[in-house]
Amino acid sequence: MLYREAGQFKATYQEDQQIFPIRQDRIAIASILVFFYLVVPAAANQYWLQAILIPVLIFSLAAIGLNILTGYAGQLSLGSAAFMAVGAFAAYNFMLRVPGMPILAAFVLGGLCAAAVGIAFGLPSLRIKGFYLAVATLAAQFFIVWALTKFPWFSNYSSSGVITAQQVEILGYAFISPESKYVLTLAVVTVLALAAKNMVRSSIGRSWMAIRDMDVAAEVIGFRPMHTKLSAFAISSFYCGVAGALYAYTYLGTVEPEGFNLDMSFKILFMVIIGGVGSIMGSFLGAAFIVLLPIFLNISMHVLGDWVPHGLASNLELIVFGGLIIFFLIVEPHGLARLWQIGKEKLRLWPFPH
Amino acid sequence: MQFFFEVLIGGLLSGVMYALVALGFVLIYKASGVFNFAQGAMVFFAALTFVGVMELGAPFGLALVITFAAMVLLGVATEKVVLRPLVNQPQITLFMATIGLTFFIEGLAQGMWGASVRGLEIPGIQDEPIEWAMDNWGIGISKFDLFAAGVSAVLVSVLAVFFNKTRVGRALRAVADDHQGALAIGIPLQNIWRIVWAVAGFVALVAGLMWGARNGVQFALTFVALKALPVLIIGGFESVAGAIVGGLIIGAAEKLGEVYIGPMVGGGIEGWFPYVMALLFLLVRPEGLFGERHIDRV
Repeated sequence: MLYREAGQFKATYQEDQQIFPIRQDRIAIASILVFFYLVVPAAANQYWLQAILIPVLIFSLAAIGLNILTGYAGQLSLGSAAFMAVGAFAAYNFMLRVPGMPILAAFVLGGLCAAAVGIAFGLPSLRIKGFYLAVATLAAQFFIVWALTKFPWFSNYSSSGVITAQQVEILGYAFISPESKYVLTLAVVTVLALAAKNMVRSSIGRSWMAIRDMDVAAEVIGFRPMHTKLSAFAISSFYCGVAGALYAYTYLGTVEPEGFNLDMSFKILFMVIIGGVGSIMGSFLGAAFIVLLPIFLNISMHVLGDWVPHGLASNLELIVFGGLIIFFLIVEPHGLARLWQIGKEKLRLWPFPH
Repeated sequence: MQFFFEVLIGGLLSGVMYALVALGFVLIYKASGVFNFAQGAMVFFAALTFVGVMELGAPFGLALVITFAAMVLLGVATEKVVLRPLVNQPQITLFMATIGLTFFIEGLAQGMWGASVRGLEIPGIQDEPIEWAMDNWGIGISKFDLFAAGVSAVLVSVLAVFFNKTRVGRALRAVADDHQGALAIGIPLQNIWRIVWAVAGFVALVAGLMWGARNGVQFALTFVALKALPVLIIGGFESVAGAIVGGLIIGAAEKLGEVYIGPMVGGGIEGWFPYVMALLFLLVRPEGLFGERHIDRV
């Protein structure tokens, strides 16, 4: 009754081609945006903003990046964290070495650097696929982290390879409070997420899906595999790079190359799988799930605290985390986005299922 | 020149150790098409269990048997709890499930036996150079490395016989070739998978003993699996022989690269050099040395 698109006629091409063609979706998205832009910064405390909402947003962006590559273009990658590192360090160096560099331009340039690196490491995808490619992307993971640690130029000759992000300032307004950082992150993520949503239903997104579903057939009907695969790598790495820059500038403030390790790549992959492969919305759900799960486990361990020995607690966390991942994959292999879709189908008929 | 040979032999012998780990991957990939990322965790689990049982006072042989039993149990449980409900899911889902399994096993192993670093002694074998080779050729070859190479050779031959000459081995190969075909002629798929996971557990046990004796039993053992991945790429995911040859190539290349190329770029290249090499290798042969060539049909 509430979620029914009957009677919504599309009279112009513009109406037919908008990102959210159903009115209820538009209302929902608008109210979600209003909620997160206006209500959350006013209501949430510093811990929520700084430790939960900002990382969820940043990892959502990285997950969207990986989802473009893995979910839409079908190229499995285990190097997302390394591309985030490229974005973070490139943005840092642009800010450091170019006087008067606007921060948003530095984010974009950081993303572009990550995209360039992504193209370089995406080249093997023209020859190899599947797990061979996944292992090949590990080369990117290890090489990039090694290079950032080894060549001190990247971290401006700081002794331990740690960089401290400069102050974020746009048009004279300094983003210092958690609320302002949160809104900045949210703004970047909103723009890029809408762009991604738009991209995956345009010709470039369709070419990715064609390559994913069967690359030989796609080639036969006229998609250029090189162009398609490399564009997926470039755009995916761009998203990861911007996420990395945000990670350094609005979340942690100080980052080191070792922070962008393989574990983080796996985490991002988990977000994609648990959220839903090939779904922009799933990236948000997956990121929220993976960021919140350890926090939740930690809290519940504290509650149990008295009768779980201290040494066991961290291991129990590992066990529960691993177990939950497996459980989730078994119960819903298509991810949280699929649950949402099922819910939508149900909602369409509710409350008169016949 | 002597130095070159010393590095080369050291590399080849450590390559054998990589091959041991890679072997576990190959076995499971061959039989069930699952890329089992948890192999490294299984190696860790095996080594930790073995040392833990030894600490409880069991003699070497008994500890070996108990650990083997534990590995079989782990393998069978994995098949039952993780793999069976995920039959017919895309490979990437199974892969993610094994990453979840990695966390689970790591937590389980450390929860059971504690996280401290322990030593592991294999009786009668010391990590010292062989005097005879030292005297005659002036090359230092570690006794332990040679022993590990010997164990691997025996293991591979046993596996080769098992795969080629026994009834179960033939069934394994049939399943690897075509799941549905194997089912149709009456091979019990689930039994086969259980056996494969048990065998992989056994290989993990051997690898865990070797690596544990070499580097001490510690959490870092799980990273050994990462070293085995370029080996798999070069050798091909489906080939036991490929795992061995790939291991030798990677081992030698890694050590030679570290010694001869490393100083040029500031050292520490061991972490990524095998991967980059494997990557370049893939550009020439996308399916590895011994991997099955895939023919794409539309």
